[in-house]
Amino acid sequence: MQVEKFFYDNKSVKLFAYATILWGVVGMLAGLLISIQIYLPAANFGLPFTTFGRVRPVHTNAVIFAFVGNGIFMGVYYSLQRLCKARMFNDTLSKIHFWGWQLIIVSAAVTLLAGYTTGKEYAELEWPIDILITLIWVVFGINMFGTILKRRESHLYVAIWFFIATWITVAMLHIVNSFELPFSWLKSYSFYAGVQDALVQWWYGHNAVAFFLTTPYLGVMYYFLPKAANRPVYSYRLSIIHFWALIFLYIWAGPHHLLYTALPDWAQSLGTVFSIMLIAPSWGGMLNGLFTLRGAWDKVREDPILKFMVVAITCYGMATFEGPMLSLKSVNAITHFTDWTIAHVHVGALGWNGFLTFGILYWIIPRIFNTQLYSKKLATTHFWIGTIGIVLYAIPMYWAGFEQALMWKQFTAEGTLKFQFLETVTHIIPMYVTRSLGGLLYLSGVLIMVYNIIKTVKSGALIANEAAEAPALVKSTGHAKQYWHRWIEERPIQMLVFSLVLVAAGGIIEMVPTFLIKSNIPTIASVKPYTPLELQGRDIYIREGCYLCHSQMIRPFRDEVARYGEYSKAGEFIYDHPFQWGSKRTGPDLARIGGKYPDSWHYNHMLEPQSMSPGSIMPSYTWLFENKIDTAITPAKIRAMQTLGVPYAIGFDKEANANLMAQANKIQAGLKVEKLEVAADAEIIALIAYLQRMGTDIKGAKAIPTPTK
Amino acid sequence: MSVILILLMASISVAALFLAAFLWSVRSGQYDDEISPPLRMLHDNSISQNIDTTNTTTTLKPIN
Repeated sequence: MQVEKFFYDNKSVKLFAYATILWGVVGMLAGLLISIQIYLPAANFGLPFTTFGRVRPVHTNAVIFAFVGNGIFMGVYYSLQRLCKARMFNDTLSKIHFWGWQLIIVSAAVTLLAGYTTGKEYAELEWPIDILITLIWVVFGINMFGTILKRRESHLYVAIWFFIATWITVAMLHIVNSFELPFSWLKSYSFYAGVQDALVQWWYGHNAVAFFLTTPYLGVMYYFLPKAANRPVYSYRLSIIHFWALIFLYIWAGPHHLLYTALPDWAQSLGTVFSIMLIAPSWGGMLNGLFTLRGAWDKVREDPILKFMVVAITCYGMATFEGPMLSLKSVNAITHFTDWTIAHVHVGALGWNGFLTFGILYWIIPRIFNTQLYSKKLATTHFWIGTIGIVLYAIPMYWAGFEQALMWKQFTAEGTLKFQFLETVTHIIPMYVTRSLGGLLYLSGVLIMVYNIIKTVKSGALIANEAAEAPALVKSTGHAKQYWHRWIEERPIQMLVFSLVLVAAGGIIEMVPTFLIKSNIPTIASVKPYTPLELQGRDIYIREGCYLCHSQMIRPFRDEVARYGEYSKAGEFIYDHPFQWGSKRTGPDLARIGGKYPDSWHYNHMLEPQSMSPGSIMPSYTWLFENKIDTAITPAKIRAMQTLGVPYAIGFDKEANANLMAQANKIQAGLKVEKLEVAADAEIIALIAYLQRMGTDIKGAKAIPTPTK
Repeated sequence: MSVILILLMASISVAALFLAAFLWSVRSGQYDDEISPPLRMLHDNSISQNIDTTNTTTTLKPIN
């Protein structure tokens, strides 16, 4: 057999590793800042681009797509080459992939801070960046499949399947969810509206967790855990079963983010059922990871890398147990919209993704630099500080979430709500402070790692091209009996198609009916499109990230109806491109805020929230009083909405600005009566118009379902 | 009610396909070799480490 010599590309691995560390620190700093802003409104600094609503997407996007994203690529570039016994397919593609991804991150940070957002959580990036992501993802795909095709090992190790499934699913999710209609070079409206937009978004949102934060990291775990422990994975069979089960089940679970909302009931139940089933493959993966260390627990005691990995896998187990529990309607009724969700995601992000990444970094860096880790002791210190950080983060947030929910739902003996919304916020501020402390500890641990890694790098020299040799792959001559799984393992393209079919089936079955069958969305005759001024106001609402603290979805519970008004109906959202239901109530729900307070209240509240609600933690939005509404773009916005099916009269785009000014002048005149002077075309006027419109359409009207045939 | 029909038909056909594939894989002895793949990945084939690449199942010395 001909033995071939080749070189592993460690330079790309190094670059991705550095990017992982850099963006990790940036993302965590942003997280720390917004956690402080929650109890210290002054930390918003009164500037648009430092205010919570704009920094929060920077935090989530940086941690998910920059920190974990680069972590995935680091893990894939290191492991795939060695598993395939081949260098990465093409060095130029590796370079384009790396720099392209960093360009995406930088442009994401800049545009998000500047207020360019689609208003869909975890998919906030605007259309040009969406296109760039697609292109770079394709580059990554070509590089990965190219490597797989020219491999020198016919069997595809389980980690590679996870990478393949990740690539396909993320591509599909990203494209489907990013359907948007641009009306300017940095702004667009979501193609979908209301309920449909919500279903697509959470189908994406949930699967972003599944196929960006979970499957690639499981693949990486199946490589680096056995490597770090130097023993084979506990059960290879379990890894095969758990892989197929996981990718098949995960794609159906999205609707569990929308329980008790205006989403059709059957879709909610489907989401719940599949979420419960998910516990089996998830725990299959966790147990397979932990059992790999059977008989090697003495190593865990000494090796910080294994310590990180054990806690990571345990956190994965906890988060994937909690996930199905939170999908139960009765549990979800309590936890949804509270900080419980925040605790849940951070057990996953800080524990599973963060700790696995740190373990891998400590393992990879000395190897590619041909040296020893500078200090094992510092790594162990990092481990303990980080672990305490996670505990200090998670427990107060669970506690806060639970208290929040119970206080929201508390009635007095007389049958009135016991607590004002604001009381439920100020009550949990001590927990918010502890959370920041936990985050600060976690970040300090990361800084210790940065020092340790810099020292390690300095003590060695990069082996940019690591020599290796392996026999060339002999084409299978057709054995007497070929098993299907072996067959598919040797054919990545067929496997790609097969995975895509499985994954697409789930998505299509859930979404197509909602699109096609009108009976899912009862039409309400009194629901009318937004006026041009309200539309402009809505876009300001999205720009400032209001949806990150305020929901627009009143669930059919006694307390919510008593607090916010009539529960939300699916038909109310048909002109909402994008939907703005939100996922967390740090502030009260706004679905029926319209008409609740006078214009002057909103004016003063946006200028200085504490003047209207003493103790409020909302930042002030002073720039809305100086900025002018961008009326030049109004016609384009109206035309875009018309294209999306919003029934504005033909030619309305030309009258839109006159209509806008007429409404604005009216609001301005009303404010003037109350001695509040502001320009009629100030952004605050548009925002007030939008806030006063919200939820008013169906006051006194009844939902009219289309007759069933 | 057409929604539920579409849903049921699609779900059942996908589930049936998956079940068939699984039964077939078990019957055809697909999972016979579960030993060598997890052991093979422990070796990097790097020249400097002098690992015997042809006989992977017997060399289990630490590679650090």
